[in-house]
Amino acid sequence: MVEQGIGARLTRKEDDRLMRGRGQYVADIRLAGMQDVAFLRSPIAHGRIRNVTVPPQYNDAVFTSADLVGVKPIRAVSSLPGFKASEQPVLATGKIRQVGELIAMCVAPTRAEAEDIAASLTLDIEELPAVHDMLAARAPDSPLVHEHWGDNVVLETFADIDIAKAFDAPIKVTRELRTARQAMCPMEGRAVVAAWDSRLEQLTVHTAAQMPHINRNGLSECLSLDQAAVRVISPDVGGGFGYKGILLPEEICLSWLTMKRGHPVRWIEDRREHLTASANCREHHYVITAYADRDGTLRGIDCEAHVDSGAYSSYPFSACLEAAQVVSILPGPYDFPAYRCRTFAVATNKCPILPYRGVARTGVCFAMELMLDAIAREVGMEPYEVRLKNLVRPEQMPFDNITKKHFDSGDYPQALRRAIGAFDLPAIRERQRRVEPDGRLIGFGLAVYCEQGSHGTAVYAGWGVPMIPGHEQATARLTPDGGLELRVGVHSHGQSLETTLAQVAHEILGVDVSKVRVVLGDTALTPYSTGTWGSRCAVMAGGAVASACREIAERAKQIGAKLLQADAASVTFRDGRVVSASGDVGIADIARTWYLRPQDLPGDVHRGGLEATVGYKPPVDSGTFSYAAHAALIAVDPEIGDVEILDYVIAEDGGKLINPMVVDGQIYGGYAQGIGTALYEEMPFDSAGQPLASTFADYLLPGPTEVPAPRLDHMETLAPYTLFGQKGIGEGGCIAPPAAITNAVNDALKGFGAELSVSPITPRRVLEAIAAAAANPAERAGAAA
Amino acid sequence: MKPARFDYERPRELGAALALLAGDNVTTKVLAGGQSLGPLLNLRLVQPDIVVDITAIPEMIRVEEEADHLVLGACITHADIEDGRVPDVTNGAMRDVAAGIAYRAVRNRGTIGGSLTSADPSADWVSALAALGAEVILRGATGTRTLPVEDYVVGALETSLGTGELLETVRIPRLSKAARWAYVKKCRKTGEFAHAIGAVLVDPERNVWRAVIGATESRPIVAADARELFGGRGDAAALNTFDARIADRILINAGMSDALDRQIHVVALRRAVAQAAETALQ
Repeated sequence: MVEQGIGARLTRKEDDRLMRGRGQYVADIRLAGMQDVAFLRSPIAHGRIRNVTVPPQYNDAVFTSADLVGVKPIRAVSSLPGFKASEQPVLATGKIRQVGELIAMCVAPTRAEAEDIAASLTLDIEELPAVHDMLAARAPDSPLVHEHWGDNVVLETFADIDIAKAFDAPIKVTRELRTARQAMCPMEGRAVVAAWDSRLEQLTVHTAAQMPHINRNGLSECLSLDQAAVRVISPDVGGGFGYKGILLPEEICLSWLTMKRGHPVRWIEDRREHLTASANCREHHYVITAYADRDGTLRGIDCEAHVDSGAYSSYPFSACLEAAQVVSILPGPYDFPAYRCRTFAVATNKCPILPYRGVARTGVCFAMELMLDAIAREVGMEPYEVRLKNLVRPEQMPFDNITKKHFDSGDYPQALRRAIGAFDLPAIRERQRRVEPDGRLIGFGLAVYCEQGSHGTAVYAGWGVPMIPGHEQATARLTPDGGLELRVGVHSHGQSLETTLAQVAHEILGVDVSKVRVVLGDTALTPYSTGTWGSRCAVMAGGAVASACREIAERAKQIGAKLLQADAASVTFRDGRVVSASGDVGIADIARTWYLRPQDLPGDVHRGGLEATVGYKPPVDSGTFSYAAHAALIAVDPEIGDVEILDYVIAEDGGKLINPMVVDGQIYGGYAQGIGTALYEEMPFDSAGQPLASTFADYLLPGPTEVPAPRLDHMETLAPYTLFGQKGIGEGGCIAPPAAITNAVNDALKGFGAELSVSPITPRRVLEAIAAAAANPAERAGAAA
Repeated sequence: MKPARFDYERPRELGAALALLAGDNVTTKVLAGGQSLGPLLNLRLVQPDIVVDITAIPEMIRVEEEADHLVLGACITHADIEDGRVPDVTNGAMRDVAAGIAYRAVRNRGTIGGSLTSADPSADWVSALAALGAEVILRGATGTRTLPVEDYVVGALETSLGTGELLETVRIPRLSKAARWAYVKKCRKTGEFAHAIGAVLVDPERNVWRAVIGATESRPIVAADARELFGGRGDAAALNTFDARIADRILINAGMSDALDRQIHVVALRRAVAQAAETALQ
């Protein structure tokens, strides 16, 4: 028999459907009488609507904020002190704060006709000066996104831990660093089909979402509907990455519209909407000073960081999650004694910044890892040596770092040594002394990170955002034929939960995974959950499924003991069978007895039967810390600025891997996105706040030929607080590539004295850095010294 | 992103297509492979009354090999060329260029005539056919006219196609066996539009010395007599005496003011010249 339990490299159950084109996504749904919606969106970044003129023939097909009586704006307020709340209107109510903001909803039998109607509207709008740069938005004379705030700062956070003690360090390096604004670009964009059921008096919203229960909370709140009157269904979802965790104004609009009109309505996001109006993420700016001793020992980090939060606080994560996290996670996997960090979440006339895979970590890893290389160059040491000096050591675990993050377990230096060991570094250094035959320069770069995942109640209660995870629940139910149904409130949009949760159940109950059905993505069928985010499913849903299955096993033992005429205390449960000294009975027979032959049950049988909903939370829920060392060997063409990845190694530790093949897949996908962040993806804006990339001709994503296969190396240090020792791993792959690749490029260019400090590393930026170094030989000498 | 309403016609005769294009009070757009027009329609950047699909017209898929030329109908696809379904008179040059256009899905439908007529400065045929010295034959209500490719593409997204005219065929000269050719394009990723193109054709037997710098803001820069780039030399070793300063000056004169932009274009051409020289050695 093929091994199916925890640790098995099992082929994904869902692939039979997904890979044969038999998946069902929101856009595949056809309901009788369904009509399509297109939106009139703001063409400008900042302004006031004076009037929207609707041609008379379309009066019944066009809706503006004036029609949406009683619909509440989206509010995502954090309880962090000083947080300034914004109200995101579902349809604009006078003031426009970003390009793409919804102004009017147009409904017609087809999307093309709905777009015709949107195009026929006349928009009279007073343009206001826009602010699209987060640093400019801090200036006293900046236009204000929300006038009543008095400034554009959503939230300022600050920490100072003995920074003054670092000031006498002999080495001090300062850098200004920036990461570009990106768009998330899952294969499937957002999509909504909303329908009102007049018999059930229930709104059903089919939506491409990763947190359906949270969408239900938000819809109920904004529409003032009882929760029982709202059902959210997320069918197959083609990638989420955080974007599909957000409650969109479009979802509320369509819900209102189906209740107004009585027929189902649909909106499928197109790529232009996706790129320019919604799915933005990532934009950070740092000014950092690192203090160190001459042997590379870090003495302190002093940072001022800005995050461009865009125009509104999106639900449920709020506008501060990204910036406020920078304070607590910037120190990364390193141990140093002094730290100061001030962060500003800044409102601008751009889309709200949304949490994208790796949330904030990609930016802080870029910042911290570039600083470690800057120190290495300054003190003349190998970058890996500087890191080994400062990484938290295994004997310190569990370790509370300078910002009180509780690193649960691991051997960070070992991950780095294994990544380095995958290369012949002396040979690379020797090769760098010669000119490559094709004139290119090679460079070697590193990045190390640790990633808090599956963090729970304690952490999120501190943020005080509308969504705080508690006990994760799962329902397990044996069916009369001995099959098993699992119902979980998380969702699967690439995470392979239909397979991995079945493996967890198999581990406990021994039911063949082909007979385990995992039910996801429907608030009517699954227990409440905050959903899929924060690399939490393996730990939280895995823990919940295991807990529910253990409960089923206990109950099965009671019934099995009766069938075996044995004492319940004397039987054991093993490989799907209840075993006594004299015999054994399978779980299918036990299920048949409960459902079909109740006359054979013991008199004191557990009345819950073979169905159990059990909640799970690790005893310490401050999060698991997976970690990895990434190492990149690249070649730079100094004449045209191209960067090619020659070799890439990832040495990672995700604790116990439930399905190592699925983990590999997660890492590959994250790595591809990390390459996008490192080398390609950027949403530029003009001075009026217009997004300049509205198609994939302008917004570059890496394709297959830009993502060379990385070499993976797994460590498996068991997490101390989770059921099987598993850790959250889903986001890690995308965190380190921008830092590792940029460090490698800077290593390649060190002979020029050129250094890049802005991601993505475009050919243009490479050539500019070389030209700048050539134009300033004094600085170049300094950099080389 | 759905197109505004339009009517669709697929005439089977050239005359019928020309009649549609000559219609008064209607705007028309010609559809060949649709790889540029499709997105423009979906983005509503063009909103014609009638889309005239020319792929059913026999002249548009004509292939004729003559002694000195190959004639290709405008609707011959990049994949037809890449896969060798049409003859080659360029010692494989066109097959190589075709194989590097965008992605295979685009090459399956995209056409040589459509690419020239879309006139994106970054598109491959705009530069490559200019470097090969190809001509286009335009058909109008009153007859045909012939233009060199570099005179057909007059600016970014702009051609000298007159109202009611159609690009009917492309005439590609047959290279001599000793011709040296290289085509270098710089993209940030596979399949992306080019940021710089350098192309060179040296065919002394036919007294041809052509060089093209493409993927500029406007039409490609064509040196119809490229010997100035080689210190005026016209002998076999001239390719080894490429003078980047001359290329740079040509770009300055063409109005390319950004030094780094000039750099990547000069490098693309220099590398093309070096490749052509290498070919000569083999």
